[in-house]
Amino acid sequence: MELNTVWFILVGVLFTGYAMLDGFDLGVGALHLFVKKDEDRRMFLNAIGPVWDGNEVWLVTGGGALFAAFPMVYATVFSGFYLAFMALLCALIFRAVAIEFRSKEEWKWWRTMWDVGFSVGSIVSSFLIGVAMGNILQGIPLDARGNYIGGFFHLLNPYALILGVTTIALFAMHGSIYLVMKTGGELQARVRGWVNRTIGIFLFFYIILNVATFVYAPHLLDIVRARPWILAVFALNVLVVMNIPRQNRKGNEFAAFLSSCGAMVLLMTLFGLTVYPNMVLSMPNPENSLTIYNAASTAKTHWIMFIIALLGVPVVLAYTASVYYIFRGKVKLTPHSY
Amino acid sequence: MDVEILSRIQFAFTIAFHYLYPPLSIGLGVILVIMEAMWLKTGHVRYHNMARYWTRIFGLTFAIGVASGIVMEFEFGTNWAAYSRFVGDVFGSALAAEGIFAFFLESGFLAILLFGWNKVGPKLHFFATVMVCLGAHFSAVWIVVANSWMQTPAGFSIEYKGEIMPPGFAPDADQILNSRAVIHDFWAMVFNPSSMDRLSHTLVGCWQAGAFLVISISAFYLLRGRHKEFAASSLKIGLCVAAVASLLQLATGAKSADGVTKNQPAKLAAMEGVFQTQADVPMMIAGYVDMEKKETVGLQIPGMLSYLVGGSTNTVVTGLDAFPEADWPAVQPVFQLYHLMIAIGMALIGIAWLGMLLWWRGWLFDASNPLVRAFYLVLILSVLGPQIANQAGWFTAEMGRQPWIVYNLMRTSQGLSEVVTANQVLASLVMFTFIYALLFAVFLYLLTRKIQKGPDSEEDSEEMPASWIAMVERRKGQARAAG
Ligand code: HDD
Ligand code: HEM
Ligand code: HEM
Repeated sequence: MELNTVWFILVGVLFTGYAMLDGFDLGVGALHLFVKKDEDRRMFLNAIGPVWDGNEVWLVTGGGALFAAFPMVYATVFSGFYLAFMALLCALIFRAVAIEFRSKEEWKWWRTMWDVGFSVGSIVSSFLIGVAMGNILQGIPLDARGNYIGGFFHLLNPYALILGVTTIALFAMHGSIYLVMKTGGELQARVRGWVNRTIGIFLFFYIILNVATFVYAPHLLDIVRARPWILAVFALNVLVVMNIPRQNRKGNEFAAFLSSCGAMVLLMTLFGLTVYPNMVLSMPNPENSLTIYNAASTAKTHWIMFIIALLGVPVVLAYTASVYYIFRGKVKLTPHSY
Repeated sequence: MDVEILSRIQFAFTIAFHYLYPPLSIGLGVILVIMEAMWLKTGHVRYHNMARYWTRIFGLTFAIGVASGIVMEFEFGTNWAAYSRFVGDVFGSALAAEGIFAFFLESGFLAILLFGWNKVGPKLHFFATVMVCLGAHFSAVWIVVANSWMQTPAGFSIEYKGEIMPPGFAPDADQILNSRAVIHDFWAMVFNPSSMDRLSHTLVGCWQAGAFLVISISAFYLLRGRHKEFAASSLKIGLCVAAVASLLQLATGAKSADGVTKNQPAKLAAMEGVFQTQADVPMMIAGYVDMEKKETVGLQIPGMLSYLVGGSTNTVVTGLDAFPEADWPAVQPVFQLYHLMIAIGMALIGIAWLGMLLWWRGWLFDASNPLVRAFYLVLILSVLGPQIANQAGWFTAEMGRQPWIVYNLMRTSQGLSEVVTANQVLASLVMFTFIYALLFAVFLYLLTRKIQKGPDSEEDSEEMPASWIAMVERRKGQARAAG
């Protein structure tokens, strides 16, 4: 396999890791305001307490890898979606510091303020990530040098908005399943009840999204026609999602969570299979699209980075897994928890 | 205001804010390692309480460091798209390496450092602390390497319209958007002429920041007569680190100045306010740059700069007149900030070593002595020193390399995002100003609260996990059996 494709996959893996891991803590954020008791909210925060920062590093590293492997994409997407990204950064900042600050004071207004910051920050982040993906799928207008020439409101088109909402629903589903795994007793029973509802909401939007594809992004259908095995991945994905309520009913929280992770991976795989070998599709003027060839760094840089990844990634996976292992099991609140 | 100046202000503002926190994390990281090592060695509850207390402060600075760091990671793409396209092949790998080698390490083990007290044994906890400290240092490594490459590019070739150009080719204004830097020697890029000088200088500056924070808070407790033993122990550790680091900082700074003389003569001329190329140039201690008359007036040591540059007062120092005026950096701020940093550097050496002297003479903890109390006041304020010097140093280095974004290759005005408008940047700048002002206020508030609350008292070892206490008891038993 040529290095350009390898790096397309590796960058994809980083962003998939992000969706799978930060996905559940963004989802916990989206659900945060649905519990009212202070203790319950603290349970939610401490469920993600030790891991959310590490999860976010997947995004940071994905950004770095994109910069190194496909600098043209990095430059085009971030400058093109300028205001949207600034809003995303704002949302990410708020949720990060809200987790840290919230429980430092007893006052009601203080906690409510950071609770809202955490929740709104999470929802807005999920939404904007979805909107960005929607635009990439649908295609955006690029000039010959690869600069985005649409305006800010061009980004808020129906297709992208639907994908944005679908992403919120997806992460909320993922988060609710994670919470079932981390909580106990009465709270767990309540959260368990949410799972089916979040799955239902997600599936509802997912169906709308697929219908919208026929209307707003018909070129994707051509791709599916050319690569029919995409449908197999799609079918597998639906099966995996269906498995979540089954496991949840049986009380296999961990299996349900793994299924949900699997659903994330499959969805990102679908995304990758649909866009490859484009990275940013230009619509209209597809000849201006950024592909894994014309947007790439040199083979030398791809090699260097490949070696860096080979050295670093196994170590990263090893201690990430250890951290998850050390903090397995139900959350217990202590005076020094969040 | 145009996009260029707004983008520069935004970048400077966001990175300067970010850079308030990493130095504290890096410096406190070192001190936490020392404290936990002493705890493991002695088993004394006080060291455990110290590690706990300073870990809480660490957690606070770390959180804001992370939140503001994410902004930096994407700001190259949002505001400097043309620059990102130009340097991506060279610069991106350093940024990616930072993620893989540094941030994962830091954030993974931070979980154990902050939340692992009751989950892992003391040795594993110590290991986690060491890893967090290492991770923080690695983040500095890669980002400073990347930045140094922009100051003194090496290990690359220029590709113009898909073809590699001969060495020495510098794209002109029409060529730049069709050119990019491509790597040909990774290690030459990493060890570019300024990276090691600047890395050592930056890291030592971080140690100073951490050490003086500990010193300042400890001195506050001593002045108030609270948590005396805890504060005395912390102060001693802080002073040791500060004393060593302050001297190292003079050495690494001198080495950096040497490098600047060789690699960026226009920057050196601005730092010292030298207008004419000539021999027997004095070194300024403090002064004022008169841009009208093109001369620098103030307190000076005759011939000293020539001497430092070439080992003799006859050495000719390149002045600003060797460069077209359009290529001059802003001389006044570069000069002033540079001298501010050096003045603070000298003061910090003085404070740290005076502290050592008082400690050695046994006066340092005599809070009834009014002179010692006055010295505590100085120590309390000293926390500002490294912070101001760190910022001043970066501003010197970065403003001194203007008008280049990549030295002698790409101008700052050429690196902008073509599609981003002034209004958009203004909007984001206003947004960052609000958010950061809020974060800074909350940070100061929470820090004050933590300081007021203070460490846990020694009798109350409730916090120490049972397995750890068992270990301490075992050790005591062993010591008794041995003695
Ligand atoms: C790896 C890259 C990198 C790193 C580590 C830093 N900078 Fe920087 N800085 C840049 C990359 C950069 C840049 C993107 O290249 C800028 C934007 C415009 C320019 O000319 O350089 C810049 C500009 C810039 C300016 C504006 C200069 C001017 O416009 O006159 C200031 C004041 C700073 N930076 C300050 C800092 C501080 C306080 C840092 C400490 C952490 C720092 N920089 C680290
Ligand atoms: C433009 C330059 C910079 C970028 C792009 C950048 C990027 C980042 C990012 C993305 C994070 C968050 C990582 C996480 O999520 O855990 C971060 C944190 C951090 N950065 Fe930076 N950074 C820059 C400058 C610097 C400099 C100059 C230093 C030190 C010399 C530094 C040291 C750190 C450290 C130690 C952290 C951990 C958080 C903390 O300790 O406060 N960074 N940075
Ligand atoms: C004691 C005398 C000092 C000398 C002679 C000195 C010298 C220098 C020089 C020449 C530079 C510019 C390097 C460049 O542009 O590439 C620099 C930058 C810098 N200085 Fe200092 N410095 C001193 C003290 C300090 C202190 C006390 C601190 C902070 C605690 C500090 C922090 C920095 C930082 C953060 C930079 C920017 C990073 C870099 O370019 O290395 N310096 N210093």
